Amino acid sequence: MKNPSEEQSSMQEKKGVSRRAFLRGAGLTTAGTVALSAGLLSFKLEDAKAPPAILGPGEAEVRFVVNGQARTIWVEPRTTLAEALREHLSLTGAKVVCDRGSCSACTVWVDGKPVNSCITLAVDVSGREVTTIEGLAQGDELHPVQEAFIEHDASMCGFCTPGMVMSCAALLKRNPNPGLEDVKLATSGNLCRCGTYPKVFEATLAAAKKMKK
Amino acid sequence: MANPDKNKALNTKKLKMPFGVPGHNLTEIEREVPADEPSALPVNEKLSVVGKRVKRVDALQKVTGAAKYTADIQLPGMLYGKFLRSPYPHARIKSLDVSAARKHPGVFAVIVQGKEGEQKDQYDGKELPRLRFAGQAIAAVAAESMNIAREALGLIKVEYEPLPFVVNLDEARKPGAPLVYEEVIEDRGSAGDVGVTAADEQKGNLRGPTTSSFFGGPRGDVEKGFAEADVILEKEYRTQVQTHCCLETHGAVADWRPDMLTVYSSNQSTRDTRNDLVELFGLPTSKVRVVTEFMGGGFGSKFGAGETGVAATWLSKLSGRPVKLMLEREEEQISAGNRPNSHQILKVGAKKDGTLTAVDLLSYGTAGVGLGAGVGRVAQDMYVCPNFKMAQYDVFTHAGPGQAFRAPGNVQGAFAMESLIDELAEKLDMDPLALRDKIDANDIRRIQRKAGAEKFGWKRRKAGADTGPVKRGIGVAQATWPRFVEMDSSVMVRINRSGSVEALSGVQDIGTGTKTIIAQVVAEELGLKAEDITIKIGDTNYPDALGSGGSKTAENITPPARNATYQAKLKMLQGVAAAWQVDVEDIELKNGEVFVKADPSKKMTFAEAAKRMPTSQVIATASRTADYGGFLSGSWLGHGRLGAVQFAEVSVDTETGFIKVERVVAVHTCGRPINPMQLESQINGGVIMGVGYALLEDRVIDPNTGHQVNTGLDTYKLPYAKEIPQIECVLIENYDAHSSTDVAGIGEPANIATAAAIANAVYNAIGVRIYELPITPQKVLAALGHI
Repeated sequence: MKNPSEEQSSMQEKKGVSRRAFLRGAGLTTAGTVALSAGLLSFKLEDAKAPPAILGPGEAEVRFVVNGQARTIWVEPRTTLAEALREHLSLTGAKVVCDRGSCSACTVWVDGKPVNSCITLAVDVSGREVTTIEGLAQGDELHPVQEAFIEHDASMCGFCTPGMVMSCAALLKRNPNPGLEDVKLATSGNLCRCGTYPKVFEATLAAAKKMKK
Repeated sequence: MANPDKNKALNTKKLKMPFGVPGHNLTEIEREVPADEPSALPVNEKLSVVGKRVKRVDALQKVTGAAKYTADIQLPGMLYGKFLRSPYPHARIKSLDVSAARKHPGVFAVIVQGKEGEQKDQYDGKELPRLRFAGQAIAAVAAESMNIAREALGLIKVEYEPLPFVVNLDEARKPGAPLVYEEVIEDRGSAGDVGVTAADEQKGNLRGPTTSSFFGGPRGDVEKGFAEADVILEKEYRTQVQTHCCLETHGAVADWRPDMLTVYSSNQSTRDTRNDLVELFGLPTSKVRVVTEFMGGGFGSKFGAGETGVAATWLSKLSGRPVKLMLEREEEQISAGNRPNSHQILKVGAKKDGTLTAVDLLSYGTAGVGLGAGVGRVAQDMYVCPNFKMAQYDVFTHAGPGQAFRAPGNVQGAFAMESLIDELAEKLDMDPLALRDKIDANDIRRIQRKAGAEKFGWKRRKAGADTGPVKRGIGVAQATWPRFVEMDSSVMVRINRSGSVEALSGVQDIGTGTKTIIAQVVAEELGLKAEDITIKIGDTNYPDALGSGGSKTAENITPPARNATYQAKLKMLQGVAAAWQVDVEDIELKNGEVFVKADPSKKMTFAEAAKRMPTSQVIATASRTADYGGFLSGSWLGHGRLGAVQFAEVSVDTETGFIKVERVVAVHTCGRPINPMQLESQINGGVIMGVGYALLEDRVIDPNTGHQVNTGLDTYKLPYAKEIPQIECVLIENYDAHSSTDVAGIGEPANIATAAAIANAVYNAIGVRIYELPITPQKVLAALGHI
């Protein structure tokens, strides 16, 4: 059974903010959902002094770096990062499954940290660096986690795979010596209905080993 | 010289084929087969590609995000479709006005569901849909963006007359319960279930009883059987509604053009989806193309065009633009299928030595507004008691329709039967494995029990033996699943003069690894590697093939793949054989080389041999041979069942009620294993789905509002990483010489026994039996008298 405290710590780890900061962020404005995303991603104490810029209802400009390339898109402020990537930039690797941050199929990295792109607004990644599954390999050279996923049969239908790979690759970045429990914690938000979990664990541990060599 | 009679199907030849289980009873058997069938394939040990842990051929696309699913399809000018859904569990529509939606800028088409669920292009006000569950589709729009589509739905004016409703299985059975249907429903059964027949009675919301399945009807004399019994056990079991939770929702992108309808669809059968559209839209089969290159999970819920495919096609036809209609998560959970629940009263009589004297099953289940809640095949077929009868009732409720779900009926049925056998063993003071050795005639499961017991370290253990607050327990349960033959299933193999090889088929890979096993079979026949074969499937432009359900894809797609390869190979080698003055059958292909078996000095590479082909391509298309002998009973039911035995170890915290599944040993047999690595993945998947069914998953409908309350993946609890036990798979090869590949499936057997094994382990841990799934902490604490 999922231990609630572990669940929470995995969330903190995943989003890179403390629970307290998250709550402060969420409490800042009355626009709950906007604040949720903004707070999760970008809240700093000094931000509290200035009111947030007002965007919309028309399209807003978003300039950001996607997989190493500078991109400018115009999207309605309500557009999520997942929608922006999938529909405006044709980067369909990240999948929208639950559409509320509970399955992590849409995981991408923002400034190197994994986030759920379905509950992140595109306007909130202005000026930031986004890495998607399409940008994880270096040219033809796959990321060791991708290689290990192939080697260990860690994808079945493959719909959760981009999110799984991004979660696991992020884990190896912050912890090059993970144990089984670390991998479980890092993927504890990733849903797979086919049941690839055992092979995902196996592959990620194997990738960690290989990266150390 | 080449034998000119080689391709005459009417001729036969005799093959000596492996038969039995290696290490146990492997022998050889002679089969007379059509002359154009390939030679006998030896046991896996002697093969190079088949039976090996070959990497999934499409894994690269999946790990790089390059794989394009229906949800990822974007076409120029594409519109977005969305359904308006019923806010009431039961209502009559008094009036419906779509005019404002139609006029909304950016809206290109609006359709309204007809009386029987078909989509109308014009609302004529005469045949409005009767709404029978909260979330039932009423109308759909296609607009330039999803946001505009949503706005348009808000402009549709509907006046409802809410009616009384019932969503609970027990309430719906009571006299005077609100009726789901006033009229008799002829057939709304879902694919792959026991279903009911038109002859069954319908009284109130109760439909049945169904007393037979495709294994036949009642046997012997049940009353006499109980009279002869030393022990009689009668218990009631309940199982919940489980939703499929496919990660990719149901959906389609339809592109209606004057010359051709193309539909990209997330489905389990390109062939059946195409056939549905052909029938509904009156188009020639040749003018409808269905494409399913990658699909994100189906588990039984995605057969045919379905509501999304039909609506998308209507909207595309009306708008003249491609239309994408993917369900949103909530719609998926409410309307796109589920495993019906069950209330089973199972009675078993036995002699002191365990011999079963009678089995009697009474069951009720609801598939909501659909049918197909039967659960009787396990009780009927697992232990084949001479005295058997069953009465299965479908109960209509105002809830979303059930669909086939990974081993329909058997998962529910196995929970009851295998729980009861466990209880019987205790009553008779027998080891549960010893009891099964006594009463189970299936010789494969006998081997599986032994192998599993060794791997697991099975040692009979007194229930509730641990003294601390966290108690460990072990349990075992078995599975049975039929084998099916499907003939409308072909593969085309093309060998190009450049030496490249392609296999083409309409069959789809729903995540099970179909592409890879086809590549392995083709490669084995040609002496190549799996990655040398280009697999093009999931498209009705290629030869028709079966839908992926019933664990029959591997069984029915690998023989056509091998047969077509064999026939293409003969054509390819004719020139070489003539030059070497040998029969084509004397030529062997191995490790990328082509050589004469008796004279290896006559040798060239595969690429050199391909260069000698008389035409730029050689092509062969083949299907399977239905029966090599003794396999078929009737026209589609295969002899011999797919058995499995699973062992579970759990720990139960008796203070919190939390159950942790620590370890599962899953022993499986699927004929000749093609790819042990992919089979492990499938077995892991079945076990994990079983963990969810045993402990977590439960669709909850509020009886006061008739609405499902857990429509998100955050509220419908599924197994995630932290709930995954250590899973060990034991694969037992079994040859029965029934086709050119001798393969059987695994998807469903992997899922059948898990929940029962866990339930038995929970009993073994706490010493109190829980008869209702899912076994939540609350139920554990209640069973222990703590709450």
